[in-house]
Amino acid sequence: MSSTTEAPDPYAATEAETSQGRVFTVTGQDWDSITQGIDDEHDNKVVVNMGPQHPSTHGVLRLILELEGETVTEARCGIGYLHTGIEKNMEYRSWVQGVTFCTRMDYLSPFYNEMTYCLGVERLLDIEADIPEKAQVMRVLLMELNRISSHLVAIATGGMEIGALTVMTIGFRERELVLDLFELITGLRMNHAFIRPGGVAQDMPAGGIDAIRDFVTLMKKRLPEYAALCNANPIFKARLQGVGHLDLAGCLALGITGPVLRSTGYPWDLRKTQPYSGYEDYEFDVPTRDSMDAYGRFRIRVDEMWESLRIVEQATNRLADLEGAPVMVGDKKIAWPSQLAIGSDGMGNSLDHIKHIMGESMEALIHHFKLVTEGFRVPAGQAYVPVESPRGELGAHVVSDGGTRPFRAHFRDPSFVNLQATSVMSEGGQVADVIVAIASIDPVMGGVDR
Amino acid sequence: MSDDTTGTNPETRAEPGTEVDSTDRMPENVPDHDGEQIGRRQGMFGVRGTGDTSGYGGLDRPVQMPGSTPPPYGGWMDDVAAALAEAARSAGVEAAVERVVVHRGEITFFVRREHLRALVARLRDDEALRFELCSGVSGVHYPDDRGRELHVVYHLLSMTHNRRVRLEVTAPDADPHVPSVVATYPTADWHEREVFDFFGVVFDGHPALTRIQMPDDWPGHPQRKDYPLGGIPVEYKGGTVPPPDQRRSYN
Repeated sequence: MSSTTEAPDPYAATEAETSQGRVFTVTGQDWDSITQGIDDEHDNKVVVNMGPQHPSTHGVLRLILELEGETVTEARCGIGYLHTGIEKNMEYRSWVQGVTFCTRMDYLSPFYNEMTYCLGVERLLDIEADIPEKAQVMRVLLMELNRISSHLVAIATGGMEIGALTVMTIGFRERELVLDLFELITGLRMNHAFIRPGGVAQDMPAGGIDAIRDFVTLMKKRLPEYAALCNANPIFKARLQGVGHLDLAGCLALGITGPVLRSTGYPWDLRKTQPYSGYEDYEFDVPTRDSMDAYGRFRIRVDEMWESLRIVEQATNRLADLEGAPVMVGDKKIAWPSQLAIGSDGMGNSLDHIKHIMGESMEALIHHFKLVTEGFRVPAGQAYVPVESPRGELGAHVVSDGGTRPFRAHFRDPSFVNLQATSVMSEGGQVADVIVAIASIDPVMGGVDR
Repeated sequence: MSDDTTGTNPETRAEPGTEVDSTDRMPENVPDHDGEQIGRRQGMFGVRGTGDTSGYGGLDRPVQMPGSTPPPYGGWMDDVAAALAEAARSAGVEAAVERVVVHRGEITFFVRREHLRALVARLRDDEALRFELCSGVSGVHYPDDRGRELHVVYHLLSMTHNRRVRLEVTAPDADPHVPSVVATYPTADWHEREVFDFFGVVFDGHPALTRIQMPDDWPGHPQRKDYPLGGIPVEYKGGTVPPPDQRRSYN
């Protein structure tokens, strides 16, 4: 539709022709001026393209909705707008460098991407039993902190999309605290590449344990705020209850896992059913609801943050007893040789190691050079070791041909799979419910498109 | 290379006093009785055609995937294999499972593509199998695996029995057709579209096999090995860094 103002809008879409009828481009004008004249030439059916750039679609997700009035009769997703070829790129880097790439997939839960990839590589290397305890505990600690930060974003953006801005601001406020912890431990707020095949990149920094304990104490005060704001809030409940219904049979048919599956009352959690990284040693519960709707999923996410806090506390206590323990496998053909410390120039460095390879041992220099540039070889075969990410089963299908690079790495991302439920969750509901349903799936487009 | 004294696999660890080079014992160098050969690896250090003075330039080794495993497979895997054989028999597709590979504690059934659909229906519904959830479908392109270039890999999960199996189906490049399992596992819809998009595998019977990640009019299938990664050389402080697929490869 041409612009209603006199000066032509340089950013307006051009007139488009389809075989199906007129095309209206809506960029925020008065709705009445657009709908004028539709009635006389059209039946009630309108196809609405929502996105790919829309504040309520959780990133660059395109929704194609067929509407009859306010009722959605058909809903389809268009994805691929954030496809960056990460899996293809990983085939051209060494096994260790692969971590740097896959951490960028689902950017809200980077540690899980790293974890499932590293577990696959470790299984192919047959070193699963050799991972040091401290590395295992640190992985669990980081993953559970990550679960909290990811659920906070899910709740925050979900709140924002239905107009609950306070939920958004407090969600991001707490998430920032988790990211501060990540920065302290790994050096980066996101895209850490911290979990490496064989262990983790660095030991806990000084003061790390105290910072985590302070955070847990603070979170125990802050988490009840979410319950107080939302749990019994009549508007919140009216928007969420009964919306995005999906039962157990639907979940299994569509491959849905994570909070959506647990909102049907089925306590399926890989941390309990197929434990990895020592999850069997921690005490925690798997929260479920049987409401099968967006409200149940919201409550599950809040409950899971409490459980994560429990695990973080236990992991922190274990870490306190493990001071000085190794965080990387002993195999020098896999573990990078030096433990870096931040130098005066702000860069990671290890003067002792430099002294050793530059001044004392030619062989150590060759070994270092080859391990870093060429990398290690991984025996031929394939592995799939899924983990329970905040969104469900996240697994990396890692294939090796015995070389120094992944032959193929494919990620089964829960966002990608769960997004398939959009149609069944939102058809028959109203347009506003589509947003709530998608927010309850909590898709992260970086993971969907990879 | 020095002896692998801290070897990852106890079986490949050189015994004290022997002078066996560990590379001879690495899995890709140990001839497997029927492991799928997916290529040959020549030379070492990624040097081709020109002066590799290390003496390793003449190396020529087959690249093999793990070979098939004779039963018993151990633990629940035998139960699954027996139940699967029984299910295949009752479905009239005895020859459905080509071979079984157990590697690193994961079991893979190589399934003939013409029998895939009958078999997955049994895998989901049979009481002793009950693989309710299809975790995902992944494609792999082995350009040197003659006649079996395209592999489609299904990860199935049985929540009832808490087990995982992997199905692998192969198709030649010249006839890239695999039956769709969407009728049994609706979740495979997007997965199969993704494998089609990235590898060009045509899933017969899929309700709407279109590209999913790449634009609709994209030429080629990007995850195939013959599809270039692309990229441009980057200049930085007088030096030039070539694009990743043109850098030295040690494979």
